[in-house]
Amino acid sequence: MTLTETTYWVVGASFALYILIAIRSRAGTTQEFYVAGKGIHPVANGMATAADWMSAASFISMAGLIGLSYNGYGGSVFLMGWTGGYVLLAMLIAPYLRKYGKFTVPEFIGDRYYSDTARVVAVVCLIICSVTYVIGQMKGIGVAFSRFLETDYETGLFSGMVIVFFYAVLGGMKGITYTQIAQFCVLIFAYTVPAIFISLQLTGQPIPQLGLGSTLADGTYLLQKLDQTLLDLGFQEYTTSVRGSTLNMAAFTASLMIGTAGLPHVIIRFFTVPTVSAARTSAGWALVFIAILYTTAPAVAAMARLNILQTLQPEPGQHLAIEERPEWFRNWERTGLLGIEDKNRDGLIQYSADPETNELVKLDNDILVLANPEIAKLPHWVIALVAAGGLAAALSTAAGLLLAISSAISHDLMKRTWMPDISERQELMASRLAMAAAVLGAGYLGLNPPGFAAGTVALAFGLAASSLFPALFLGIFSKRVTREGAVLGMLAGLGVTLTYVFQHKGIMFIPGTQFLGDLPPNWFFGIEPNAFGVVGALVNFAVTLGVTRITQPPPVEVQQLVEEIRVPVSSGHL
Amino acid sequence: MQPENPEVLREIYWRENRRWMLILGAIWFLVSLGCGVLWVEPLNQFQLGGFKLGFWFAQQGAIYVFILLIFVYARLMARLEKRLGLEEPEA
Repeated sequence: MTLTETTYWVVGASFALYILIAIRSRAGTTQEFYVAGKGIHPVANGMATAADWMSAASFISMAGLIGLSYNGYGGSVFLMGWTGGYVLLAMLIAPYLRKYGKFTVPEFIGDRYYSDTARVVAVVCLIICSVTYVIGQMKGIGVAFSRFLETDYETGLFSGMVIVFFYAVLGGMKGITYTQIAQFCVLIFAYTVPAIFISLQLTGQPIPQLGLGSTLADGTYLLQKLDQTLLDLGFQEYTTSVRGSTLNMAAFTASLMIGTAGLPHVIIRFFTVPTVSAARTSAGWALVFIAILYTTAPAVAAMARLNILQTLQPEPGQHLAIEERPEWFRNWERTGLLGIEDKNRDGLIQYSADPETNELVKLDNDILVLANPEIAKLPHWVIALVAAGGLAAALSTAAGLLLAISSAISHDLMKRTWMPDISERQELMASRLAMAAAVLGAGYLGLNPPGFAAGTVALAFGLAASSLFPALFLGIFSKRVTREGAVLGMLAGLGVTLTYVFQHKGIMFIPGTQFLGDLPPNWFFGIEPNAFGVVGALVNFAVTLGVTRITQPPPVEVQQLVEEIRVPVSSGHL
Repeated sequence: MQPENPEVLREIYWRENRRWMLILGAIWFLVSLGCGVLWVEPLNQFQLGGFKLGFWFAQQGAIYVFILLIFVYARLMARLEKRLGLEEPEA
């Protein structure tokens, strides 16, 4: 069987599984559609959350981001940021919103801040975060199809949409939860198998997390070898190269952590478990399942980077001849992820940090994960599995985001704001229609990605950190914060973060419209735009608390609501 | 323990909850932004197997501690709820 045929079989089997699950878990009530009937076991919800969380970017791009773009240590911001947020979620957000016990994040903000305006502002923040995020997933689906199944991008995207449409419209949160569990199993298997093989080949240690700290065949430590090789080529040392400055790294990490704890599609997963204490343990399980990938990724990053370096330069001063480059190298050149240019016409590939003489002119981040199985000469089924895993990661995250978007429309805007009189059955129909519209809308944006799509996943975190997290946190931990404070705080946080990003990256990311150049000297204390969410969050806190001091305290019922959600058992007051 | 006014119990619960949050939150900060970012250079003077220690915290250690923190917090809160009689009925 050829590689493409194997890939069709493996991906086809995974899709058949998702459809089977979809048929078996249709939603019959709005409670099932929005929160899966609140009957999901905490471990199962942990798996679903992990799949919800780990996107196409985590699966395909993160190891490359760490190993190439951020040159090792600098990439730690993603590892700590995208896991540390779960500690905040487990302690500061998830248990109390689960106690609150309704369906959506804007619904809580609307009730806690006794205001339709607050709810609508929260819906707007949610839609901005989730739509920017979902575009990346749709692109990931199209790209994975076109690379592995040799279809064109549109066909791939359309196939992905059909699958998501099937289980998300039929099953809502219930269908999404069970398919996410299946998708987690596919993606984590697909990620760890090649990592185990590459770790064994380089260090003889089957556990990649330990292999990263082990010795190579020649007795030197892997990381030491990598540091030395990179220094010889004129790069910075792998284990110490800081991204920007220490302050920038701290701000970046903090922004991703806070953003994680404020992203609605993650928070609503904790509405599906039966109790408050289940919400806490479920966050722990989610992080266990996420950590399997997130502690493997840095090993993949360093090992794949070293593999590529040693392919290009088997011994110091010895370079790979262009004619002798391996098969996988040629394959990935055809996709445009690798590119060489023999600048000095000596028939050899000289790789170095100096753009004048470097002859490996294209080395895409994604190559570290995608080409890994071929570099390590693994069998066809492993390569096919990586395709299925990448698709599982993209589909599961897309579905979670689409549910957050559609429930904000059908529940928060329609049921709670514009037409409170619709019946349960009408609302269920509305939620299915909103989901269908969201899938089609996401598909449209995937086909015609706006120019700003590339830089937007990081932006989603900045926006969640600066708008939603402070409103949720203060809504739980303060009884005194007022609607005026929260609404102005959310708008200020959103405004500051967007302004900062736009002034350096262009208004709506349109090139040429930035009014301050995107260069470190123009950055506020050297903080890059993607790391600015934490500053937006601080502005939000300051504005909210300031305005609260000069406005009327919330009504007694709202203060009682806050009392209620803080403790797992009800007091009987409400 | 004397049967107490439910209002008082709820206040004790919230006070204890915030205390644990502060303690665990401080550890959360120390292992990630502390060991992984602010003090990474001095820590890198030490080796943990083939890892520089600061690098290990940033790419491995912090994540393991995060997992522990959540489960410890869940356990502490369950114990607190039991002690104060504020457990939820099984759903």
